[in-house]
Amino acid sequence: MQFPILSVIVFTPMAAAMLILLIKSERKNEIRVTALAAAFLALLLSLWVYFSYDKAAAGYQFVEKYNWMPMLGISLHLGVDGMSAPLVLLTGVVMFTGVLISWGLDDRPREFFAFLFILASGVFGVFASLDLFMLFFFYEIAVFPMYLLIAIWGWIKTREYAAMKLTLYLFIGSVVSLIGALVMYWQSGLHTFDMLALEQAAFSPGFQKLWFPFVFFGFAVLGGIFPFHNWSPDGHVAAPTAVSMFHAGVLMKLGAFAALRVGIMLLPEGAKSWSWLIMGLALVNIVYGAFIAMVQTDFKYVIGFSSVSHMGLVMMGFSTLTRVGLTGAGVQMFSHGVMTALFFAAVGMVYDRAHTRDIPRLGGMVKPMPLVAVAFIIGGLVSMGMPGFSGFVAEFPIFMGIWQVRPLVAIIAAISIIVTAAYIMLVIRRVFFGSMPAEFEGHIGPVAVQDKVALVFLCVIMIGLGLFPSLMVPWVQTGVQHLLSLLGGA
Amino acid sequence: MTAFVPSNILAILPEILLLSLGVLVLVLDPFWKEENRRLNLGWLTAGGLFAILALSLAVARPGAEPALVFGGMLRYDLLGFAFKMLFIFGAAITALFMMDVEQVGRRAEAYLLLLVAALGMSLMASAADLVMLYLAIETTSIPLYILAGFLTGDERSTESGFKYLLFGALTSAVMLYGFSLLYGFSGETSLYALAASFPTFSLLALGTIFLVLVGLSFKVSLFPFHFWAPDVYEGAPTPVAGFLSTASKAAGFAVILRLFTVVFPSLSANWSLILAVLATLTMTVGNLIALAQKNIKRLLAYSSIAHAGYAMIGVVAFSQLGAASTVFYLIAYILTNLAAFGIVTAFGHVAGSDDVKAYYGLSRRAPTLALMMMVAFLSLAGMPPFGGFVAKVFVFAAAIEQGWVWLAVVGVLNSIIGLYYYMTVLKYVYLYRMEGEEEEKHPIPLSRPYAIALTVLTIGIIAVGVIFAPWFGIATGAAMNLF
Repeated sequence: MQFPILSVIVFTPMAAAMLILLIKSERKNEIRVTALAAAFLALLLSLWVYFSYDKAAAGYQFVEKYNWMPMLGISLHLGVDGMSAPLVLLTGVVMFTGVLISWGLDDRPREFFAFLFILASGVFGVFASLDLFMLFFFYEIAVFPMYLLIAIWGWIKTREYAAMKLTLYLFIGSVVSLIGALVMYWQSGLHTFDMLALEQAAFSPGFQKLWFPFVFFGFAVLGGIFPFHNWSPDGHVAAPTAVSMFHAGVLMKLGAFAALRVGIMLLPEGAKSWSWLIMGLALVNIVYGAFIAMVQTDFKYVIGFSSVSHMGLVMMGFSTLTRVGLTGAGVQMFSHGVMTALFFAAVGMVYDRAHTRDIPRLGGMVKPMPLVAVAFIIGGLVSMGMPGFSGFVAEFPIFMGIWQVRPLVAIIAAISIIVTAAYIMLVIRRVFFGSMPAEFEGHIGPVAVQDKVALVFLCVIMIGLGLFPSLMVPWVQTGVQHLLSLLGGA
Repeated sequence: MTAFVPSNILAILPEILLLSLGVLVLVLDPFWKEENRRLNLGWLTAGGLFAILALSLAVARPGAEPALVFGGMLRYDLLGFAFKMLFIFGAAITALFMMDVEQVGRRAEAYLLLLVAALGMSLMASAADLVMLYLAIETTSIPLYILAGFLTGDERSTESGFKYLLFGALTSAVMLYGFSLLYGFSGETSLYALAASFPTFSLLALGTIFLVLVGLSFKVSLFPFHFWAPDVYEGAPTPVAGFLSTASKAAGFAVILRLFTVVFPSLSANWSLILAVLATLTMTVGNLIALAQKNIKRLLAYSSIAHAGYAMIGVVAFSQLGAASTVFYLIAYILTNLAAFGIVTAFGHVAGSDDVKAYYGLSRRAPTLALMMMVAFLSLAGMPPFGGFVAKVFVFAAAIEQGWVWLAVVGVLNSIIGLYYYMTVLKYVYLYRMEGEEEEKHPIPLSRPYAIALTVLTIGIIAVGVIFAPWFGIATGAAMNLF
């Protein structure tokens, strides 16, 4: 019996949350240290899982299975493949940096970290679940704390509205998928929620075509697919910094990943017959998201819509159903997660000091906070897909994949690269360069050490992955290989 | 007719013990001083009920083979037993909640009525004969009418009790007419003998089912017999309202499960459609009206109407899984709703208000109570890792297994509406602040009975939601007695 590392990862944040709730609320520093220790532990464990994943052996590894409810075939079945291992790592990274960034949070930090960690447990659980029932179980656990995190600690102007909107959108999406999943369960006749068994269930093509949209789009709501993306920019903007990082960095991947795992992997025939729709919607995401981002005057909304645009690329990668496209989508999920976490961290730091996110009112931030400016520029380069950064490793294969399938779509989607470059450079120039408005002179404090550590850490990952794609691409490729075999040879 | 067998005593051991406890409460009451009465009575009742629970679980568990006992009046099976344990548990928790309520906690009659109601429910769950069934239902209802109107000085409580009585008497009369027709079909009063001669299809048979359903719909507050619930819950002492919405409702479901699967299986195609429509209306009406509520007890009343609809989905499925999922749903629901009402009682006791707006700033006034409230409300909304989530998934799964996909979709859409209003309450608890007051200066102390009861319930909600296999095993065992 090997060490049950995945269950330890999944339950570490949960245990930490319980522990934090036991600490007296006045002892804020102890709470922070406990949170950081737990996050660091989770990061180390996820690094361990990632690097000890055997690429040659491929398939699902670190598999653990405990019968939870044999009568209905529910088991706590955990395991990671090449697709989910990077996402587990991503969660570890964002959790760790998120705690660092939230060091200064002063309003009820005990509850904040507890809810954040419960959410993290849910996220780890979804990425590692090989059981459909447990996947839903963890998925819902990941969704709800978001409501409280945004509604309590968020931006006072929109938090109630945004939090309620987000939760209802995501809940509707997940229950629609749940119906699809239950139908699959009975249709398969296997009396098991085990996804490895359901993958082999060979549902009839008619059944797959009918139910694929429910399952896929139900989850894709959380992936921010057009026209259900509406909750996401509002949610991102209203959320406090660490939660935005989690939300855009990890939670949207949760939707995309679940759509892939439950939608495409269990109903491959359905995916084939609906891929045109996914591609069309993803195209809208990519181009429309980028244009909307360009006209925003709120710094955080720019990033919010850029996430919509970039998540479109992930969906676009899925819709190609080709080796390169799917590989690109897999890497993009990780790359975008890190990048957007960095963006939101930087935005948060600017906002905390300038107390405004109105782009026309900002300027010259490079002087008081040079490191933030550099980090933001690196993030910007990733976002534009510059070679040498992780964004390139991710986006280039996606475009190649689309080109193989539908060249015209690739051309239209490529417009987004130019628009992205435009809005990123515009923001960089207006916020970080130019002259600093007089009202900020002398009011912009330095950036704390924890913040710097977090930014540097995120930048190193993006550059490292850009320079050494072999640190991630082989992992994703093993996952894609399995996917393609389900899709029928190729 | 079977002769009297001493071992049959085990079949009614919980009932015997309940009655003895009731007598004990009455006998001891005059010997206690006025100032000790509240504590002594409450602890005696609650402790006694927990002891009955433990003792019954230890010695009175039915065997695998169900048996008709006492001349076919009762059926000694796991279905009845599981429900009995639920009722006794619910009554024990309610006794704890009653202790701190003015004018209720000091009166021995209140505890006695609670015990008699629990006794009646226990008999309802195992009744196998029309006569016994009717007696059991009345034994349950009459104490509850009195309990609802127990606060004689309070107009709303009096109104509540009276309204409950009028509705109850009317529906019970209609149901009795249905019973008489059932007897007319076969000349039998035993449910199990009746089943054999129940006609496969006739308008009269369907009409009979309708008549019987009227009385039971009232018990479980199924549309269109749900109108009493909000008014009665609002006026009744809060713990009593909690008891009405949980144990009393579960008792109704115990009878529904037994009647519909044992006596009316030949017409299942017809009645399941009727019940599906009723479940849909119940869920939708309950949830939609709950959206507009400003009083937390009324909100919980409408929510409990909606939950009757969800639980009904399992009955509609008419399968072993369906019945099991209904039983499981009721287990999760009883724990959750008792917790919700308990919190409302504890809060209302200190704050003196049941207005939803009074809950502003609760998370700062009483962080633990707020956390428990979140657990209870999220479980009602159907969020993991709480009992409500698994329970909902099981009833939906049962529905889909039997091809009721549309019903599952309706249930799912309804749970979204539910989520909205439960979250609205949590929003007041966690986000809003008391106007112009320091919340820390208005704490909400929890007395010991509340602390015990709420802790037990919170742990229970999480235990049912996470380690659901053993509970579902019990539910399946109960359901196997039906099919």
